[in-house]
Amino acid sequence: MFYREAGQFKASYAADQQIFPIRQDRIAYYTLLAVAFAAVPMVANEYWMATILIPFLVMSIASLGLNILTGYAGQLSLGTGGFMATGAFAAYKLSTWDIGATFGLAEPMHLHMVFVFLGAGVITAAVGVLFGMPSLRIKGFYLAVATLAAQFFLLWLFNKVPWFTNYSTSGVISAPPRELFPGVVITGPMAHPVTKYLFLLSLVVLLALGAKNIMRCHLGRAWMAIRDMDIAAEIIGIRPMRTKLAAFALSSFYCGIAGAAWAFLYTGSVEPLAFSIEVSFKVLFMIIIGGLGSIMGSFLGAAFITLLPVLLTNGPRLLGLNIPVDIISHLEFMIFGALIIFFLIVEPHGLARLWQIAKEKLRLWPFPY
Amino acid sequence: MSAPPLSSTASAAAPSGKRPIGDVILSVQNISLRFGGVRALTNISFDVRQHEVLAIIGPNGAGKSSMLNVINGFYHPQEGKVFHKGKERLKMKPHDAARAGIARTFQNIALFKGMSALDNIMTGRNTMMKSSLLDQMLYWGRAQKEEIAHREFCERIIDFLEIEAIRKTPVGRLPYGLQKRVELGRALAAQPEILLLDEPMAGMNVEEKEDMCRFILDVNDEFGTTMVLIEHDMGVVMDISDRVVVLDYGRKLADGTPHEVRSNPDVIAAYLGGH
Ligand SMILES: Nc1ncnc2c1ncn2[C@@H]1O[C@H](COP(=O)(O)OP(=O)(O)OP(=O)(O)O)[C@@H](O)[C@H]1O
Ligand SMILES: [Mg+2]
Repeated sequence: MFYREAGQFKASYAADQQIFPIRQDRIAYYTLLAVAFAAVPMVANEYWMATILIPFLVMSIASLGLNILTGYAGQLSLGTGGFMATGAFAAYKLSTWDIGATFGLAEPMHLHMVFVFLGAGVITAAVGVLFGMPSLRIKGFYLAVATLAAQFFLLWLFNKVPWFTNYSTSGVISAPPRELFPGVVITGPMAHPVTKYLFLLSLVVLLALGAKNIMRCHLGRAWMAIRDMDIAAEIIGIRPMRTKLAAFALSSFYCGIAGAAWAFLYTGSVEPLAFSIEVSFKVLFMIIIGGLGSIMGSFLGAAFITLLPVLLTNGPRLLGLNIPVDIISHLEFMIFGALIIFFLIVEPHGLARLWQIAKEKLRLWPFPY
Repeated sequence: MSAPPLSSTASAAAPSGKRPIGDVILSVQNISLRFGGVRALTNISFDVRQHEVLAIIGPNGAGKSSMLNVINGFYHPQEGKVFHKGKERLKMKPHDAARAGIARTFQNIALFKGMSALDNIMTGRNTMMKSSLLDQMLYWGRAQKEEIAHREFCERIIDFLEIEAIRKTPVGRLPYGLQKRVELGRALAAQPEILLLDEPMAGMNVEEKEDMCRFILDVNDEFGTTMVLIEHDMGVVMDISDRVVVLDYGRKLADGTPHEVRSNPDVIAAYLGGH
């Protein structure tokens, strides 16, 4: 009843091309932002913030990244973990780089964390372009195998070359403590979860907005055109090479930032093991369940996959049931498996599409016409 | 809405009505194309003149689609040359042909199924859009201005093709006839100099065919767009084309006005199964 667009007329193309052309959607979106920025930090306890919200936000960035490449541009990738690792190690190298020493200053000086994250993204974008080259020749399954090679090669590289870990003997390296503003620590053991959460949330909002914007501009359309029919895209003048490599670049930029955020804002340590092939699959499952080619789907998928294990571990206990841990982890696999098959066969556009259908129904309710 | 169809482009001041046929704009000379043992085209030559509607006809498998594919750089013939505006065109990629002003539609609809009709048409203008990645991510200033300017142009095409009601519908859900129309819209969006249409009316009912003929002739009048079209319906061909090229088994049988071609004995033989 209340979700209606009746009476909302668009007087200009600018108004029609807004992200949320329907007023109610706009209000819902701003409310959600207000809750996430103001209410959540006040109510959520630190444990929840550090173990659920932060990893959820980090994985949302990764899933946005993969959705750009796979959901929008149609290039299947299993290298997400490798690209995230690249971001994490790039951020580590950048954050421990003593600019002072390099330029012969008296004081040691470090890059600001904002530039560390940006730099990690840019470096990963370059690596992504490199490993995206095969996409000019091969598609689908074969491309997936090629990106799998990237996954293994990159992790092997970070494991084997001691320069990446600054010659640390233990192999596990921790994120150095850095300040966001004077007095506000953002990384390292002293950083407060609320600070990390708010920083990460801002990052997520900006990146999601950027992705959404690009999808309503020419590059986004070029990606979707390549995805839907590459030959026709080329015949109307889209250059396949540039377009595909741009998708690899932007996607890897997002994955790189996600990797850096995982290491610096979530676990606090940089280790290749955290970015294994399992992560690549997990992110792929997120976009399949959430919705291929949907910004909102990236979030729904990330929420679903990060929250399901939590629900499965805590849900039965809250209900007074006592299910052994190993059964719960089996259950998790079974639910994921079933859902992935369901979405691949029945609804390739995932949860986001189901949500849209629900909204369409609501728009017409209670009159079906 | 009753905006005059599409008249904001270079041809704003031009009078409506058929433009006089001009110089040769595209010329194919001695084209031979083989796929392994299959000779799709053998020694084909003909000219396309500015502002004309040229029909290519012939039985199934005659090599008509292959001819269009040669013109827009999708197939590379083993022998022969293509001259575009007087210059020999060396081996080029289809996207280069698009940028050189040659657009086309396909025999089997080749729309972007996951995108709306509007987005499909907007994609036809992609080559003209220049805003940077960062501009687009911010959707600020240049990117937004560009989007809106091109949207205005595409809306005129949408008005012209009478598909206002379906502009936001994903094309995969549209009926066949409308999909053909959207595909024409996408090709028109590029404001091509030469438009290649591969069986634009195939599978349509009489009414849809009439609409499509009207659109083709209007485009030809309004913009002077040169058209090369493949069509099986002889009635349509006789009505709308200025000149006809007849292919059969990859060879050119005849080339002339519809009237000349219709009375050509070879053509009659081929069409009446006189092999
Ligand atoms: N890519 C290709 N590979 C192999 N053979 C091809 C290819 N394209 C066309 N051919 C062959 O070339 C010949 C001409 O095909 P073409 O599609 O040009 O015919 P057409 O005149 O468009 O026929 P129709 O009226 O059925 O569309 C056919 O024998 C076809 O099998
Ligand atoms: Mg054909």
